[in-house]
Amino acid sequence: MAFARPRRYLLSHAHLDVLGVQRKRPFGSGQRRPAEGPGAQRAEFHRPPGRRRGALPEFERLRDTARDIKNHALANLDFYLEAYEAKVLESGGKVYWCADAEEARNVVLTICQEAGAKTVTKGKSMIGEEIAINDHLERHGINPIETDLGEYIIQLRHELPSHIIAPAFHLNMEDWEAAFRKAHTDLPPDRTFTKRRDILNEARTKLRSSFLAADVGITGANFLVAETGSSVIVTNEGNGDLTQTLPRVHIVLASIEKCVPTLEDATSLLRVLARSATGQDFSVYTTFSTGARRPGDLDGPEEYHVVLIDNGRSAMLGTDFQEMLRCIRCAACMNHCPVYGAVGGHAYGWVYPGPMGSVLTPGLIGVDQAGHLPNASTFCGKCESVCPVRIPLPKLMRHWREREFERHLNPAAARFGLGVWGFFVRRPGLYRMATRAAAMGMGLFGRKKGRFGQMPLAGGWTQGRDMPAPEGDTFFARYAKAQRAGRV
Amino acid sequence: MSKQSILIAIRRGLKRGPLPADQATMLRERLATRPRHLIPARSRVPHTEQISLFKWNVEKEFGTVAVVPDVDAVPAAVADYLAAQNLPGRVVMAPHPELQAIPWSARPLLEIREGRAEGSDTVSVQHGFAGIAETGTLMLPSAPERPVTLNLLPETEIVVLQASAIVGAYEDAWDRLRAERDAMPRNVMFVTGPSRSADIEQTLELGAHGPRRLHVVLVGVDPTTDHDHVEQNADSA
Repeated sequence: MAFARPRRYLLSHAHLDVLGVQRKRPFGSGQRRPAEGPGAQRAEFHRPPGRRRGALPEFERLRDTARDIKNHALANLDFYLEAYEAKVLESGGKVYWCADAEEARNVVLTICQEAGAKTVTKGKSMIGEEIAINDHLERHGINPIETDLGEYIIQLRHELPSHIIAPAFHLNMEDWEAAFRKAHTDLPPDRTFTKRRDILNEARTKLRSSFLAADVGITGANFLVAETGSSVIVTNEGNGDLTQTLPRVHIVLASIEKCVPTLEDATSLLRVLARSATGQDFSVYTTFSTGARRPGDLDGPEEYHVVLIDNGRSAMLGTDFQEMLRCIRCAACMNHCPVYGAVGGHAYGWVYPGPMGSVLTPGLIGVDQAGHLPNASTFCGKCESVCPVRIPLPKLMRHWREREFERHLNPAAARFGLGVWGFFVRRPGLYRMATRAAAMGMGLFGRKKGRFGQMPLAGGWTQGRDMPAPEGDTFFARYAKAQRAGRV
Repeated sequence: MSKQSILIAIRRGLKRGPLPADQATMLRERLATRPRHLIPARSRVPHTEQISLFKWNVEKEFGTVAVVPDVDAVPAAVADYLAAQNLPGRVVMAPHPELQAIPWSARPLLEIREGRAEGSDTVSVQHGFAGIAETGTLMLPSAPERPVTLNLLPETEIVVLQASAIVGAYEDAWDRLRAERDAMPRNVMFVTGPSRSADIEQTLELGAHGPRRLHVVLVGVDPTTDHDHVEQNADSA
């Protein structure tokens, strides 16, 4: 849930910030239990007859429901946003409508300055990353402190997260210890770290003092609820809740498509969100915040501000890409994506990685800037098959590819190559002849080594690896031969 | 402020002007009637089974549950739990009438302060508003008598929950809340197990920023008639 400072990430694992969860491995039954703790006292309980406890056979229908709720909310977004705003005002909060990142940054800065803020704690916020709020605050002398554990170590080490879900995936105990010894110089140098617990305790203590000292807490929002004027956050660590409970001022950053009508609607979406994000039945903390501290309350922020941000969303309404606005940022698409698995989150170059980023990023920053992203797909369809709100991600990537081609944004060599390939592929006889000739020729030339270290027109490819030599025939030809022999 | 320009851009995208009055009325009705969607069958069971499902889920999520027959047994349950965990008998308690009515004097060694939690508090006793059986989730709405910091700052949170406050689904808990309160509380936390993180070497550790232990004292279940263990044959399903 957090982003490192002072360097801004090119790409964040911010999709999880909204979730506030950091690990890929699902929690819950079947998982290794913690080495110590109350789990040890677990008693035996048994399932009601005829049903497996915890099973959710309705999941497919819940996905349909989730899709329909978001579609309904988007089709009436103007109405629900105004209803939401009225409820926030009624509960003593304020709403700021911001067309773009700059407007939003300035609003946040003004609120912080008026609060006399020196330090700001932050729950991970994806839209916060999108508008680069940390940089902006730092430039104006305000210190934003990210509070998620994984992000905290990344921030101490001034490096990029290595994994979108587990930012400190690449670090071991020794790395944590070294970073903590270097950063926490106020603690006794002879202290020992023998268990992960020691690391956790030290981080907990250090961040606890940040939570208590912060003047402003900034969180994102997974949902905004029009019925009640509430913002919803979801975390496992509890850092988001400390961020929005302890400081005097709470700022919510939310993009406009987060708005849903009722608590029932939000609840149905939450059912699929936790499950699709981490495999949990429900995240540890799911919290609905509504306005500022009430009379008689012993805790909670005295000011509650919602910064509503468009930043390109309204322009996606009514286009092919409206469906992308259903996204609830669960990260299931990237967890199942073979391309994401191979290249990692950094390669996507901006805030949103994986299949959802390949569709959303060109919509937000332009296909001329991000046209390569929708091309980074094998169209295997896994992303669509796991999306809890059924976004047809491959179809939308295909739309971007078409737009890119129509606008002549691809390099000339690629367009030429595609043209040549298109010429042959429209003439199947010629195509088979040409590929057969190529396979035979390459098989002949490469038969000694079985591979090519260099290839004309493919220098970029062979620079890093060898091209295996064909064995002398095409798949079509082999298949036909096998068919004739009655083997297939 | 860009409110008007954003609304205009949304309507342009949706290819319409402001919603016609009849449609706006329909949406206002939807907001008022709050139709429920599909609710999973997992919690649609008789109340005694919901209680057992709630316990099962809390324990699955690394929480613990103690069952007591009535409020008179709560002080002993709390004191025994603290002793078993080797924790000092000092707690900060929500100033809730139901908690205040508990005969704490039965355990004079238990030191109780009422109020919100501070950073130095190690154990809190919170009032449970509702327990949601479907995932073993506690609903903890904020109120002067139910401070939010009790759910966050101490390392150990003990929640005293009436068995009658256990419901099946989240939606049932919302209805319960609406029946009791006119307006949405400032903060409504759904808590499912203790705080956790797997950021250090991808190994699950409890107690990241919030409580490391979550203990539910479930009041109003007679332990001798607690039939959880009866349906053993179904466990192999």
